Amino acid sequence: MMSRLLAVFNARNKEFWRDRSSLAWNFAFPFLLVFGFYFIFGQGMPMFKVGVISEHDAYISRPAFMQLSHIQFVPYEELDQALNRARRHQIDLVLDLDRQLYWVNEESRNGYVAERLLVNADPEFNRRVVQGEPIRYVDWVLPGIIGMNIMFSSLFGVGYAIVRYRKNGVLKRLKATPLSAFEFVSAQILSRLLTVMLVASIIYFGSHWALSTLMLGSAFSLLVTLFIGALALISLGLAVASRSRSEELTGGLMNMATWPMMGLSQVWFSLEGAPPMVQSLANALPLTHLVSAAREITTEGASLMQVSDHLLILVGMTALFLGVAALLFNWDSDHR
Amino acid sequence: MTDLLSIHNLVKRYKQLTAVDGISFSVAKGQCFGLLGPNGAGKTTTIEMMEGISKPTSGEVRLFGEPASRKAFERVGIQFQNTALQDYLTVAETLKLFAAFYTKTIDRDELVELCSLGEFLNRDARKLSGGQRQRLLLALALINDPDLVFLDEPTTGLDPQSRRNFWELVQAIKRRGKTIVLTTHYMDEAETLCDDIAIMDQGRIVERGSPAQLLDRHFEGVMVHLPASAVDGKTLPFDMLINRERVEIQTTAVDATVRQLADAQVSLTGLQVKSPNLDDLFLKLTGHALRA
Repeated sequence: MMSRLLAVFNARNKEFWRDRSSLAWNFAFPFLLVFGFYFIFGQGMPMFKVGVISEHDAYISRPAFMQLSHIQFVPYEELDQALNRARRHQIDLVLDLDRQLYWVNEESRNGYVAERLLVNADPEFNRRVVQGEPIRYVDWVLPGIIGMNIMFSSLFGVGYAIVRYRKNGVLKRLKATPLSAFEFVSAQILSRLLTVMLVASIIYFGSHWALSTLMLGSAFSLLVTLFIGALALISLGLAVASRSRSEELTGGLMNMATWPMMGLSQVWFSLEGAPPMVQSLANALPLTHLVSAAREITTEGASLMQVSDHLLILVGMTALFLGVAALLFNWDSDHR
Repeated sequence: MTDLLSIHNLVKRYKQLTAVDGISFSVAKGQCFGLLGPNGAGKTTTIEMMEGISKPTSGEVRLFGEPASRKAFERVGIQFQNTALQDYLTVAETLKLFAAFYTKTIDRDELVELCSLGEFLNRDARKLSGGQRQRLLLALALINDPDLVFLDEPTTGLDPQSRRNFWELVQAIKRRGKTIVLTTHYMDEAETLCDDIAIMDQGRIVERGSPAQLLDRHFEGVMVHLPASAVDGKTLPFDMLINRERVEIQTTAVDATVRQLADAQVSLTGLQVKSPNLDDLFLKLTGHALRA
């Protein structure tokens, strides 16, 4: 029994070590994750988040409160923007350094403690009050979950299917018909769009109905945003799968595309206050724009015009990914 | 007769390997043309260049008297050696899918009857037996009512019964006036179905003609086979081809040959007399068996 077990054990080890692409991925991926999270959260999570308004970039009249540890100070250019965050409990206090004013949301527990610290350190600051229900985490995270679902369904649903078709000869059989690559790819995109939109609508409106999740914007704006976002992610899936014949390699590439988006596209947590480089990287990912636009619509009541910057970027990314996919697309399979 | 298909100096190279090495032939209308050869001879590469699936390194393919074009391929039907079909579709749905690709299609009921698909029309295509699957693939090759049909090793892996059923289908297609290009490594298949044959080995055509012409050209009379051990160490007055454990003697006078063997004290136990076939021809031409 032992020799049989050892024989299979050895064969499996050889298979693993000789499959270069999956071997490299197995080693690289955990390292990328560890380094990525170290970089993003290397300094630990702060206890409080305080918005700061000042005309002066260097905060000339820096109060004693700002010397305290474990508080993250997030600069805002617009007071209204910062106050909206405080109303929704996304930041705990707002400080106007130039006018020595602060705003606190009296319904926020964190706001209460942060205010005590401020008053103790800098009693000269004058109090103002904002009011507003907190955005529940479920309200905040729902657009992220829908975006993540769209991402996985688009990338794996289209990318994997095409690689599988290429590998098992379905694509080759289709190539022998008058069907063009454009027709084939368009059909894949439309089919996946229909599925993704249906699932996303059911999740969103089902949650809204069952859990009364927040919807401050219009359902139409949300659907348009999800549609454009799904198109960008499906195109990315097509680009990744345009040439590959290996399901293992495609799986690796898909993971490489999805994991940074899972971590950086603010699906689960906000990147507010993260290093600028991380934020730049996040802005290069399609899911970031999909989730941000959807979240602005549902939790802030934004209109399509107000999220048009995100939508334009998504349209641009779609064009880029489709261009790459069209340029690289290959029908041929391994079968000869 | 008009040539429906002709190829001239076709070459296909993959880096160091020359899979097809400058071959030329033509196929007349209404013929069943057989491309024979062992695995790796270059049959599939050749057929895929003719089908437009892969591009030749050099040389020309002409279809219906013109250089191969997208329009010409609308009149061509193809059955690949290895084809997966889209998952979760029934046979009827698969036929409908492929019918949508062509402007001209054969009547579905006629196709179902021709390829005997009726009994499993609503079955998931993944759950078909080998023979049923090949019939479906043949139906897909015929769905656009093509003038020229390529069949690449269509009966490989089928049981003898299914192979014979498939041959009947191919003969029915021939009766409809279709031109067929068939690759196979079964000599009985080629002998039954093909009017014209080219034998390939190592990327080249080593012989060409109808099965009867080829056999007449290379063999006279019949073959006498004996176990090699029977003639061990004995000197006999005729040429012998020794292959593994068998000795082959070609003769036009069986009675005389058998008498000579008996006179030379050769045991006749295990003696067989048979007519030469394409397998014997291939062995003679290339030195290795057709099914190697």
